[in-house]
Amino acid sequence: MPERITEHAPAEREFTVAQRSQGQLVLRRFLRHRLAVISLVVLLAVVLLAFVGGALWRYDVATLTGDYSQPPSWGHPFGTDAVGHDSFAQVMRGTQISIGIAVLVAVFSTLIGTIWGATAGYYRGALDTVMMRISDLILTLPLLAVAAVLGHNVGGSWWLIALVIAGLYWAYVSRVARGVVLSLREKEFIEAAKALGAGDARIIFRHLIPNALGSIIVNATVLVAIAILLETALSFLGVGVRPPDTSLGLLVSSAQTAVSTRPWLFYLPGLFIIVIALTINFIGDGLRDAFDPQQTKVRE
Amino acid sequence: MLAYAVRRVLVSMPILIAATFLVFVMVALSGDPLSELRTRNPPPPPRTFELEAQRLNLDEPLLTRYWGWLTGLFRGDFGPSTQSTLQIGPELFARFVVTFRLIALAMLVALVLAVIVGVISAVKQYSGTDYTFTFAGFLFLSMPSFWFAILLKEAGISFNNAVGSQVLFTIGDSSVFVEGGTWAQFTDILGHMILPTISLALLSFAAWSRFQRASMLEVLGSDYVRLARAKGLRQRKVMTRHALRTALIPLTTVTALDLGAIISGAVITEIVYQWRGAGSFLLESIDRNDVYAVSGWLLVAATFIILFNLAADLLYAVLDPRIRYA
Repeated sequence: MPERITEHAPAEREFTVAQRSQGQLVLRRFLRHRLAVISLVVLLAVVLLAFVGGALWRYDVATLTGDYSQPPSWGHPFGTDAVGHDSFAQVMRGTQISIGIAVLVAVFSTLIGTIWGATAGYYRGALDTVMMRISDLILTLPLLAVAAVLGHNVGGSWWLIALVIAGLYWAYVSRVARGVVLSLREKEFIEAAKALGAGDARIIFRHLIPNALGSIIVNATVLVAIAILLETALSFLGVGVRPPDTSLGLLVSSAQTAVSTRPWLFYLPGLFIIVIALTINFIGDGLRDAFDPQQTKVRE
Repeated sequence: MLAYAVRRVLVSMPILIAATFLVFVMVALSGDPLSELRTRNPPPPPRTFELEAQRLNLDEPLLTRYWGWLTGLFRGDFGPSTQSTLQIGPELFARFVVTFRLIALAMLVALVLAVIVGVISAVKQYSGTDYTFTFAGFLFLSMPSFWFAILLKEAGISFNNAVGSQVLFTIGDSSVFVEGGTWAQFTDILGHMILPTISLALLSFAAWSRFQRASMLEVLGSDYVRLARAKGLRQRKVMTRHALRTALIPLTTVTALDLGAIISGAVITEIVYQWRGAGSFLLESIDRNDVYAVSGWLLVAATFIILFNLAADLLYAVLDPRIRYA
């Protein structure tokens, strides 16, 4: 019997478990969310197809193939349009542009909105009132209409369209960020940090932002989906990305009279928009569950 | 209650005025109202440009133009359009009536559906029905509104072909010529509204049903609902009298906040179904760099959004005593 005891690990090792960081916990919870993980894989596949496949594909967006209005075939997996453009090349280019715009919008509006909202929420008082009234200004206008006015006049280049959308969307992010910071700043750990003599900068960057990060990341993810839908809508209305470049919205717009005669031109770009937006929404849902601090249960 | 309402109105007014300033400056700086004149061939004489610039107040400084526009609004004057025959005020009114008709009906449909689906999803949480509704909700949230509207329009055309007569209208907001009296006109307009209303309603419905589900779940888990059950109330009564009534309150705020998005959605829907509503007016005006027309459009939309939010806030205070007495 004594031998068996010595074979065991020391008691201390038996009961202590390897410490997991907050990030590891979040990752574990996210990986358990099956739909979100599948969505992530699908989204990565679409991105890879658009950026790598689009670059390697034998036709370019502008190539005139000489095949007019061909239904999908081995030579043209997505068919061709009435002018002879290869639809696969067009949809891939459109996907690149739409994803590029959406990511740019999410990054810019999240950065500006978070700093804006966090500052207002942390300092409160007159500064808060003034900053939030400025956000309100933008929120009282229908976003699409203002984006259409600006989009019409900045020209059709994709990054300018992204800046226009980001220049309006940060106001929404600032509301969310302010709300999170308002509830966090009353928490005990902030009070404790203050009691220990921490300055504003330390409190904001070491305590507030790391704790607000979950909500901000979830919000930024959903923003990518919203930005894709807004960009495609603008391009559809003719005030977003314009020819010779293309976007998924523009492709749907030019195919709207051909739904019954050349359905591939209409359904395929639409399908790409839906797949991208849907997978991002599911990923956002998975992240929301993963970041939720109330959910402490962690299996294996 | 009255003091609360007055305070909210007073807070909204400066925001609205600042918003008009922002919009006016943005539109005025971003495009040239004479651009259409410049592209004409043969080019008009310089005198035409001078007169046109004078008519559109382009010779005045920007701030003077804004002030002139703002004070003109109180006299009911929306300013000169780049199209000399167009009266912006009456045209805006006529166009927005058409649009608001669509928005009101779509919101009503979306709200009713969202509450029904949200409550069923919450009561039958994690059931097959719940998963189906959840997936459908996510799908509609991820669907571009113009794509879905075009799809529905095509379905309408196929339906008409199958039936052999024009049951669903897919173009325009009303027929140019309708025989019969008011009733015939009314049914004609209604017939034109069916497909656009479905297109517009489904998008809001997706978001609101998710929200209603979450709100209902929260209430169902609360102590007072457990108490209502414990004291032996029938399931039906617990649901309708206790749970649903409370769970409906947060939806008022969400509905109001989404109004801007619904107006944007209405613009797209109208373009797809070729309505002569506010949507086409906006895009035509943007295309012509018509500063006064675009500013007027955004002013009407912003006023509508602010008023609606105000109404929602007041309604919230009526429904939720905690707000009223706080």
